[in-house]
Amino acid sequence: MEEARTSWPLKILVLLLFAFLLVPVLVVIPLSFSGENTLRFPPTSWSLRWYGAIFQNQRIMSGFRISATLATLVTILTLAITLPAAYVIVRLRTRGSEFLYNVFTAPLLLPTIVLGLAILIIFAPLGLLGTFTGIALGHLVLTVPYGIRVTATALAGLAVPVEEAAATLGARPLVVFTRITLPLIAPGLLSAAALSFLVSFDELVITLFLAGPRVSTLPFEMFRHLETRSDPLIAAIAVLMIALTLGAVMIVHRTVGLSKSFAGGR
Amino acid sequence: MAQADDMHTASGRFGLVAMLLAPIILVNSFVFLLPILNLFRISFNEALPGGGIGPGGTLENWYKLAEDSYYLEIMLRSVGMSLLVTLLALLCSYPIALYVHRAKGAWRTFLFVLVVSPLLTSAVVRTYGWIAMLADQGLINNALGLLGFSPLRLLYNQTGIVIGLTEILMPYMILALLAGFGRLDPRCEEAALTLGATPVQTFWRIIVPLTAPGIALGCLLCFVLCVSSFITPRILGGGRVFLLATEIYDQAIVTLNWPGAATLSILVLVIFGAALVVYTRAVNRLN
Repeated sequence: MEEARTSWPLKILVLLLFAFLLVPVLVVIPLSFSGENTLRFPPTSWSLRWYGAIFQNQRIMSGFRISATLATLVTILTLAITLPAAYVIVRLRTRGSEFLYNVFTAPLLLPTIVLGLAILIIFAPLGLLGTFTGIALGHLVLTVPYGIRVTATALAGLAVPVEEAAATLGARPLVVFTRITLPLIAPGLLSAAALSFLVSFDELVITLFLAGPRVSTLPFEMFRHLETRSDPLIAAIAVLMIALTLGAVMIVHRTVGLSKSFAGGR
Repeated sequence: MAQADDMHTASGRFGLVAMLLAPIILVNSFVFLLPILNLFRISFNEALPGGGIGPGGTLENWYKLAEDSYYLEIMLRSVGMSLLVTLLALLCSYPIALYVHRAKGAWRTFLFVLVVSPLLTSAVVRTYGWIAMLADQGLINNALGLLGFSPLRLLYNQTGIVIGLTEILMPYMILALLAGFGRLDPRCEEAALTLGATPVQTFWRIIVPLTAPGIALGCLLCFVLCVSSFITPRILGGGRVFLLATEIYDQAIVTLNWPGAATLSILVLVIFGAALVVYTRAVNRLN
């Protein structure tokens, strides 16, 4: 009965729509093995030359190094900022906890193009444009809201009696936190870290407003490259980025479950 | 030990809360609240040539927006294109969402992962994938050539942007639809079919009304993301299609007219507000 409800025309339609949804990501994989000088799909010859070209492109390599450092730093800062805040919001139930939560997650409601411009205007007179610090601060606008969402969810899912039992048995608040709370929410923290890393590593719009000639990220360099030419170099980088993303997703999936990290999942 | 005892006093608790919240409040104020408030202020400042910001209290930027037909044109283009993309994304997402909603167990999880996987791929990569599809030597035109058709210009114009944005926004639409499909009980459909309704009648009279809240939410999300999207329109439009988001960027980075860019940003936020009002009204009518 269940199967019969989905008719064959619908199944074929769904298959075609899934193909439409996934084809732009899938097409990049064979394209990265193209042996041609320009973009042509399907390629008429195959090679690994574009993977080699990544390592000879100084701008891309420098962008990758900066992006990796930046994402790591931003992730550490995000955890350091959001964990205490989430603790206050979820555990201490301060007056206005909900208000604070809404204010801290509000940046996600605004378009990044507006955030980027707003930050540019504030940063320019402070000399923060084109600096590592400036871009890191710009990324925190996005990673902190995601971080607070995930850590608050993790803390809210933790049974309070466990903490209370430890406190009753004489453990001081800091000991309760480090010995009981922290290990129990470790999966949530790992998931928040993976998400922050990905968001920072992939961020482009805010970076476009804040990056400069000396400091630019990998997505920024890819964007600049694409504005002038569309050779298969970007495909090769894309495949490496997808592999990195898959690794991070596996971490999130194994520890917390993918659907919980997205609001829409049940 | 003295510190632990302090926690129980009101002032000690306040101190602790302040200490724990200090970093996030600092970051939130400095990189979010202050810049956004400043953006509103700047939209009333005079723009000086060469990137300067003149004295405030002027409505000049807003007059320019209202008088210059160029701005009306890009606004209409942005809004019109976003409405079209939203409609296309809805049409393409609805069957997928319905299918995923009806799927069970591991198959459902697998399909769900397929739906969210594009979200985890950077916008630059997905846009590049569309270049490979739409370019003169891309998959679509090469396939057309094999079949003996003349090639189509799909890239560096609005067609390419609409195709690319539809696909890029589909995961958001599907997630919103799925979130709203909770009310859809298979027994209602079965009842309708048992009582003699045709599948088409069942779809329009039962399934669509029950899933309307999800449709409304998905359309709001899609429209808002589309109006403010920058990377995909910029790359697939090749800098030749002028939209609100691309204009904000150009004024901020190329012509260095920050008050002008700020005014356009506020306009985008006003469009967001208008979309939210339409959404709220639609949801109220549904209830």
